[in-house]
Amino acid sequence: MIPEIGHFSLWLALGMALVLGTVPLVGAQTGRADLMALARPLSYLLFFFVALAFACLVASFIGHDFSVRYVASNSNTALPLQYRIAGVWGGHEGSLLLWVQMLAVWTVAVAAFSRHLPTPVTSRILAVMGLVAVGFLLFMLLTSNPFDRLFPAPLEGRDLNPLLQDPGMVIHPPMLYMGYVGFSVAFAFAIAALIGGTLDATWARWTRPWTTVAWMFLTIGIALGSSWAYYELGWGGWWFWDPVENASLMPWLLGTALIHSLAVTEKRNSFKSWTVLLAILAFSFSLLGTFLVRSGVLSSVHAFATDPLRGQFILAFLAVVVGGSFGLYAWRAPEVGIGKRFGLWSKESALLGNNVLLLVAALAVMLGTLYPLVLDALGMGKISVGPPYFDAVFMPLMAPTVFLMGLGPLARWKNAELPALAMRLRWAAVVAIGGAVLTGALAGQIRLVATLGLVMAYWIVGSVATDLWGRVHPQGVDWAQAPVRLRQIPRALAGMMVAHMGIAVFCIGVVMVKAYEVESDVKMSVGDSTTVRGYTFTFEGIKELQGPNYVAAQGQMRVTRDGHPVASLRPEKRIYRVQQNPMTEAAIDAGLTRDLYVSMGEQVDGGAWIVRVYVKPFIDWIWGGCLLMALGGLLAVTDRRYRRSGGVAT
Amino acid sequence: MKHVRYLVPMGILLILLYFLRAGLNLNPKEVPSPLIGKPAPAFALPRLDQPAQQISTADLRGQVWMLNVWASWCVACRQEHTLLVQYSKQAKVPIYGLNYKDERAAGLKWLSDFGNPYTASVSDRDGRVGIDFGVYGVPETFVIDKEGIIRYKQIGPLTPEVLRDTIEPLLKQLNG
Repeated sequence: MIPEIGHFSLWLALGMALVLGTVPLVGAQTGRADLMALARPLSYLLFFFVALAFACLVASFIGHDFSVRYVASNSNTALPLQYRIAGVWGGHEGSLLLWVQMLAVWTVAVAAFSRHLPTPVTSRILAVMGLVAVGFLLFMLLTSNPFDRLFPAPLEGRDLNPLLQDPGMVIHPPMLYMGYVGFSVAFAFAIAALIGGTLDATWARWTRPWTTVAWMFLTIGIALGSSWAYYELGWGGWWFWDPVENASLMPWLLGTALIHSLAVTEKRNSFKSWTVLLAILAFSFSLLGTFLVRSGVLSSVHAFATDPLRGQFILAFLAVVVGGSFGLYAWRAPEVGIGKRFGLWSKESALLGNNVLLLVAALAVMLGTLYPLVLDALGMGKISVGPPYFDAVFMPLMAPTVFLMGLGPLARWKNAELPALAMRLRWAAVVAIGGAVLTGALAGQIRLVATLGLVMAYWIVGSVATDLWGRVHPQGVDWAQAPVRLRQIPRALAGMMVAHMGIAVFCIGVVMVKAYEVESDVKMSVGDSTTVRGYTFTFEGIKELQGPNYVAAQGQMRVTRDGHPVASLRPEKRIYRVQQNPMTEAAIDAGLTRDLYVSMGEQVDGGAWIVRVYVKPFIDWIWGGCLLMALGGLLAVTDRRYRRSGGVAT
Repeated sequence: MKHVRYLVPMGILLILLYFLRAGLNLNPKEVPSPLIGKPAPAFALPRLDQPAQQISTADLRGQVWMLNVWASWCVACRQEHTLLVQYSKQAKVPIYGLNYKDERAAGLKWLSDFGNPYTASVSDRDGRVGIDFGVYGVPETFVIDKEGIIRYKQIGPLTPEVLRDTIEPLLKQLNG
């Protein structure tokens, strides 16, 4: 019965979305207030029915209803409760339901927090979001219904993919989807503005907090996915340029560009048609990502079952949404125009440069992701594009981006004087080069590429410090005023500084790991020890463990340094009973300056094991940097001006 | 045509859509199995129904046969099973089952509940033979010719289309 309620609510939600996608739009075009007034209640109803369907699927999982095909394929009676709930988004159908659920959350949020906007604008925005919901609800109902029954019902489910049985997987997809789908809001704002023909600084101010919040979620979602890969896949890597990872990175890059472009549109009423294009692109790349992941056109560690109908449907949807938006853009954007002009050396130029670099980076990632597909389509063979391509392309694009990141915040709007700018940033340059060389020396070896990377990181630190210094203690102002001036820094600005520092912290993590990590694969019998970077790892034996739905061989590893105990690590090799796949659970001793990482390989003859030992300097800074970026976003959206205007941060 | 640059995104989209459309008809997982064209790995395993008896690859020489890897815990096998039972009734090819990493009792119950399409099933309790065959997901199906050479490998459940369009013509060719 519960699955039927869920199924029926999805159809009702589709009905709501259809009306929401059309009637308020007509109302806005003809100026009929009664039609426009429907937008809000319909948004609430859409949310209600989607949430009801979602709750029904959760209930089916918790209650082990294996007559539901999706539950039978992704759950099992021995599966612990938290993974039964996470199992809801462990497969294709449920992921889509989560997608739609997130879209409904965003729609309701826009309906609730946009009372200060003119009614036609809100109606158009909600209608566009309703149309997106129509597409995804149809996709789900026609090709991937999570409530399909299985007769006769199996006695036992096939279990959730053991890779996904991890606390990180419980929250990673919701965060990531919140971000992905969140760009639909900026998209809807852009489409509404193109239809309505009013695209100005006010529009940009309305769009900014929504974009920033979506970007925050996406940042955290990507960071969680990356840390999951780090400890769950057992290879010690944190980013693999896997198509699914790329699918989330592309919208992130465009979202980042959009945030900066919106700032220019708001402050200077410039970049207008460019900002609109970015808003469309950010969401288009979210859709493209969904297509790549859900259609199975690319092989990936996240491979899902493929069904050609699904791929065709979502491709057609992509064509309609993105094609329609680009068509609207080509038609209306010439009227919107670029906006105000600016000099070659100005904040606008720095931001435009960054925008272009971020867009090119996103396109480069797309090229690398789709290249195997294109070659295959042209009959030129099957290849895979790996990290060498992405490293070679991505790094040279990021270096100038970071350089401009240091320049932009200090440059003046419209026209900056180059000599003055150079004078202000001279200390930042000294910090950058000095810091990089010093860090290299402390790490024991100065390497060219590592030094370049570190120069980038410290350049940001130096630039943020210069900016802060100039605001807190300008020339001719007494030191006593510094605390007051510090408190007067608007949160939006503080958010930018924190987010930029996040990039610096992230860069330091990446460079240090890449340049100075040490890896060792050793064959160890009980009692053997191996020394890596001064840490001695002693293998003390294997213990058999019984988990709720797996059996594990747990290695006992003692780590000492100069005879002093440092940690005791317990890496596991698990066999999940139902699917019989072996899983590696790495054991990590995390630290501010280094992680000790041990994972178990195969057992070899004579009871010895292949053990993989890594010492990874500063790796946690990678995720720390992402958290800082997200925190910066949080600070920015809680800025006073959004609260004053009755905006989202109420 | 002053505004032609506003059409650039549209142009890029159209090219992209063309390739994505083409990509849908390609299968990234269709990596040619290294086993195709190679002799099937030799095995000698106890029959599932009569563990005292063994079946070995040598016994199957001189005929074209299919090896279907299945397990009672496998939901996709359940999905494929009805089709397999139907197909076995047409008796075009002997189908041998490799009961992969399964309990004997559970396997036998499964066959008695849902029907037995197999000429015989052998029990691969610890999955060693599965590893020799490069099995990485259940179900998988192999077509093996009279000389014991693997000619075709299906990863995942069989479908009526695969049987009709790929396997049947292949069987005709191998038997003819």
